[in-house]
Amino acid sequence: MLEFLSRRFAAALVTLVLATVVVFAVVEVLPGDPALVMLGIDARPDTLAALRAKHGFDQPVLLRYLRWIGGLLSFDLGNSHAYGTPVAKLIGDRLAVTLPLGVLALSWALLVAIPLGVFAAWKHGTAGDWGVMGFTQIGISIPNFWFGIVLVLVFAVTWQVFPSGGFPGWRQDLPGSIKALILPALSLSLGEIAILTRVTRSAMLDTLREDYIRTAKAKGAPEHIVLFHHALRNAMIPVTTVAGLIAGFLVAGAVIIESVFRLPGVGQLVYDSINNRDLIVIKNVVILFTILVLAVNLLVDLTYALLDPRPRVAT
Amino acid sequence: MQSIPRRTFIGAAAAFAVFPAFGPDAWAQARDRLVLGMSLEPPVLDPNKNAAAAIREITYQNIFESLARIDRTGAIVPGLAESWTISPDGLVYTFKLRQGVKFHDGETLDASVVKFAIDRLFAADSTVPAKSLYTDIASVDTVDPSTVKITLKTPNSYLLYNIALCDAAIQHPKSASTNDKHPIGTGAFLFKERKEGDSITLVKAPTYRDAASIKLNTVIFKVVKDPSAQVSALLAGDVDTFPGFQAPELVERLKKDPRFAVVVGTTGGEVILATNNGKKPFDNLKVRQAMAHAINRAELIDAESGFGIPIGSHFAPHSKAYIDLTQTYPLDIAKGKALLAEAGYPNGFEASLKLPPVGYAQRAGEVLANQLGKIGIKVAITQLQWPQWLSEVFKERNYDLTIVAHTEANDIDRYARDGYYWNYNSPEFKAKWREVVAATDFARRDELLKDCQRIIARDAVNGYLYQLAKIGVWKKELVGMWENSPTTATDLTGVSWKG
Repeated sequence: MLEFLSRRFAAALVTLVLATVVVFAVVEVLPGDPALVMLGIDARPDTLAALRAKHGFDQPVLLRYLRWIGGLLSFDLGNSHAYGTPVAKLIGDRLAVTLPLGVLALSWALLVAIPLGVFAAWKHGTAGDWGVMGFTQIGISIPNFWFGIVLVLVFAVTWQVFPSGGFPGWRQDLPGSIKALILPALSLSLGEIAILTRVTRSAMLDTLREDYIRTAKAKGAPEHIVLFHHALRNAMIPVTTVAGLIAGFLVAGAVIIESVFRLPGVGQLVYDSINNRDLIVIKNVVILFTILVLAVNLLVDLTYALLDPRPRVAT
Repeated sequence: MQSIPRRTFIGAAAAFAVFPAFGPDAWAQARDRLVLGMSLEPPVLDPNKNAAAAIREITYQNIFESLARIDRTGAIVPGLAESWTISPDGLVYTFKLRQGVKFHDGETLDASVVKFAIDRLFAADSTVPAKSLYTDIASVDTVDPSTVKITLKTPNSYLLYNIALCDAAIQHPKSASTNDKHPIGTGAFLFKERKEGDSITLVKAPTYRDAASIKLNTVIFKVVKDPSAQVSALLAGDVDTFPGFQAPELVERLKKDPRFAVVVGTTGGEVILATNNGKKPFDNLKVRQAMAHAINRAELIDAESGFGIPIGSHFAPHSKAYIDLTQTYPLDIAKGKALLAEAGYPNGFEASLKLPPVGYAQRAGEVLANQLGKIGIKVAITQLQWPQWLSEVFKERNYDLTIVAHTEANDIDRYARDGYYWNYNSPEFKAKWREVVAATDFARRDELLKDCQRIIARDAVNGYLYQLAKIGVWKKELVGMWENSPTTATDLTGVSWKG
């Protein structure tokens, strides 16, 4: 068990080091001069040069890479060029919105999708199954930003039970902040619910065809025990894998959803930083998310190990 | 500018079509509180640190003031200086400062503060974005505590205008270095707090010299980038106004709502088909004339849902010196083809059109490509991000055609600049512009400006399309908002709630 996990951890570490090189290279080749973006089209060449020198844009590439890595290792992420604020604070403030949003969306997706998928598999080939499959088809087809707009029109504009967007801040207004994340989490989770439902259904169908299920049924185990105890536990392995992958997609989806609901989250920060060519913020946010995704994958591996003892020895 | 994927627009339009007019009446609104929506978030709040328009939209007149101010009609009126005199040779400007002006932190305004603030605009090591506007200043001298003398190297008839801009805001030496985070000025509102990514809150400044005239106590600038979210925020009552609403295709929806006034005004933004005059075949006047004959402005303005005023030169129609030159090369496809043939391109040619990620450019791009196609120019559209556009098109001049709005007022001077991205080089225009700058008589200057417009219209330097409209949306009870946008600002000193 320990060996399995430490091997996974080492692999994640290698991935992370490679990621820093790739991220740095990609950000460096981004066309566009940050100084020109800051100073605008009337800036004089000498002013641009002065600003570049001030922010160290004119230093050699290797030096800039090493400085960045050095900063990362000493937990000093530097200052944003555009905002002038420490990057760590900038990201921390935004994570306080995006992380709860992602967790809420993923929990909601799992909470809805797993029972739905089990139900569809249980009622395989009946109207109930078709109903669930129809719903998932719609869920996959509807873009989540559109669903978000519809939610706003219904719940914020017509009924006025939820705000149309914005985020009051955890410290200023806790209930208001939770409320502000509900509609965004709902719209963010729609597509994920659809995918997870389908995965759960097909995993359950596969499992339900196994011999041990027949045995369980034959020995007279009640249907809910067969479904949830015998079948679901095994079906959960592919579901966990997909849920882990989806966690990464949620971050991408958050960029658009945060824009529809005016949430000051990490997605918006990345978007703005790319437009401002705030290179230091882009680099650090991307690396942070790489770490996050790697951590989720490690967690998924750990969950496998708990769900199914075989990988512990096999890999 | 923001780039919102096209499908977001279509999606939003579809969503609003599915859910037609509804929405309860606005609940009772606090009468001294205003929530403004803005499309772009300012990175910092100091106009001397960053060129972003959003900084000026928040701070001009509200937080920061300049010696002179640009009012709602575009006129230059006294600001922190109550009066000024100009020497007959146009070289010395003497400003008499207003008495009893305090900064938000209690510091007093005097001539030494003004000298500090203006000096740093043109200092050798200055990184002020608008430095080029102030480099013909030779010196700033304090005559006495309430008198400042600005001496120029050469006469500049735009000096007062430049001094009135937000870029020349008078900042105090004590707070200047921290104004990017916590701006301290002399204006009617003081900075209270900023929630990055969300909002910026200002409150009425007790130090303001005429505090009794200010009717608003709290002003919140809320950042709402997505056009459909802007509509939702208005309909849900979360935002009182969008002084500059960005999605013309969604305006109809708001017009139907009895709670809102939709006011269409003018801006200083000329939308042009910028053309690389230094590159074949665009260096040929006949080619540029042919293109001018192919441009159908009515169709382009239709693509903007009807918002926009056709222009025939690089000059705002609301300006006093404006002349209508839209008929210099009237729409005439046959003539366009003939001119192309004369220029040696009977079968047309291929050209690239590089578009920045802004709504109007996206909308005009396809339409223009189609129009130029009618005279045989095969246009290939490339989409660029804003920083890419700045580097590739603007700085490196690596382009054939692009569409962009030049939003600065009086920006016809760009045609006299060497190495500007259009690569236009006309000794005739440069000589004329020198006369404009040197003119001390404004009536004479207007005549010269008309000549300038005629020269660039005749040379068809760029395709002149239309003037961007300012679409203001606000609650009907709100009075005093600017209809037009003579400078980048949201001056709230005269804004109040009716009743």
